[in-house]
Amino acid sequence: MDVPPEHRLLDVLRDEFGLRSLKEGCGEGECGACAVLVDGKVVTSCILPAGNVDGHSVETLEGIRETENFKIIQEAFKKSGAVQCGFCTPGMVISAEALLREKTNPTMEDIRNAISGNLCRCTGYNMIIEGINTAVQKREEK
Amino acid sequence: MSEGFIPQTLEEALEIMTANKVIPIAGGTDLMVQHRREGGISPRFEEPLLFLDKIDRLKRLEINSGQLIIGSGVLLRDLIKENRIPNVLSETARQMAAVTTRNVATIGGNISNASPAADTLPFLYAVNASIVLQSAENVREMPIEDFITGPGQTCRKSDELLVEVRIPVENFDVEYYRKVGTRKAMALSKISFAGLASFSEGKLSDIRIALGAVAPKIVRQKDIENRLKDLDGKEIKEAFPEIRKGYEKYIQPIDDARSSKEYRKAVSLDLIQAFIEDKILKNKQLE
Repeated sequence: MDVPPEHRLLDVLRDEFGLRSLKEGCGEGECGACAVLVDGKVVTSCILPAGNVDGHSVETLEGIRETENFKIIQEAFKKSGAVQCGFCTPGMVISAEALLREKTNPTMEDIRNAISGNLCRCTGYNMIIEGINTAVQKREEK
Repeated sequence: MSEGFIPQTLEEALEIMTANKVIPIAGGTDLMVQHRREGGISPRFEEPLLFLDKIDRLKRLEINSGQLIIGSGVLLRDLIKENRIPNVLSETARQMAAVTTRNVATIGGNISNASPAADTLPFLYAVNASIVLQSAENVREMPIEDFITGPGQTCRKSDELLVEVRIPVENFDVEYYRKVGTRKAMALSKISFAGLASFSEGKLSDIRIALGAVAPKIVRQKDIENRLKDLDGKEIKEAFPEIRKGYEKYIQPIDDARSSKEYRKAVSLDLIQAFIEDKILKNKQLE
């Protein structure tokens, strides 16, 4: 796809690809509602120019829905009540996915650090952290 | 209109910079925010962007004849993970922004943005780092304090690229970093403080103190540091009231959305005092 390189990855993904899981929250890289994975690392797409992903892999929530990790995270989020209004949820799940890929056995501190770039305006952090921790435990059982 | 260049090599980038007026962009975490418009609309830049992402030469990290060389494109995340990076710089990077930003933001971007609150700067000033600017025609190296000329201002010419930072490899007995922000993640510093010190034969042989976000430029006063050198514990204690007074003159913060000048000034002086009392005077090597 040929897009102007200064365009925000967020706009390219939402408008050109029709991927609506990612949201524009703050628009300045602070809230993580627009989080995506670039080469498996979590980034905020609202401040990432399209020119910076030329030749890199980009994954949104839509793209990871069939992965084992996602199924575990989804179940764990449900069980923990980690979803309230839902606006931050896609970004939280992307950050959780990045963590599960990077670390085999993350600590609670790793979990908090992993979502340090995501804001939840319902302030349901404890449930989200519990949700990710549940996912970590579940994955270990497998 | 599609505007921008995505060079594959440093040489290619420098040629583009000779022929065109461009804005070099690395991770974009500062530039994209500075140029943002309303929601749903992409930013607009005055000049075409020059994307540095693909240039491997800017990602080098090596130790060469007593110097640690960090390419301008080295990511903040790599500053945390790489064991060749000095402890204070790793700790600084660990406390910057959040994982989402650290995954794309670069050390070169933090330096070039030249914010008085740029967190990598106090450490770089403290260790006498220098930076290297390169153009198609020329390469020049200069101390970091000469590169940054004011808030958001550097002496980089339009055809030059910041290619690397050079840090003398040195060991210090005391390494200390403290960031004061409103919360742990995603906070711009109200104050950032880097302190280094070494001892020899019961005396303080080296001390470096640098503070960010409390003046138009990083505060580092070598004249005041020199007054503390070669003193033993008792002499440092006696000299300290004058030292504190000496720093007062240079700590000239502003009021802004993040903090007040009174708070910044009081806490800066307290941080200097705490560094000297807790990290230096209590050190066994001074006993």
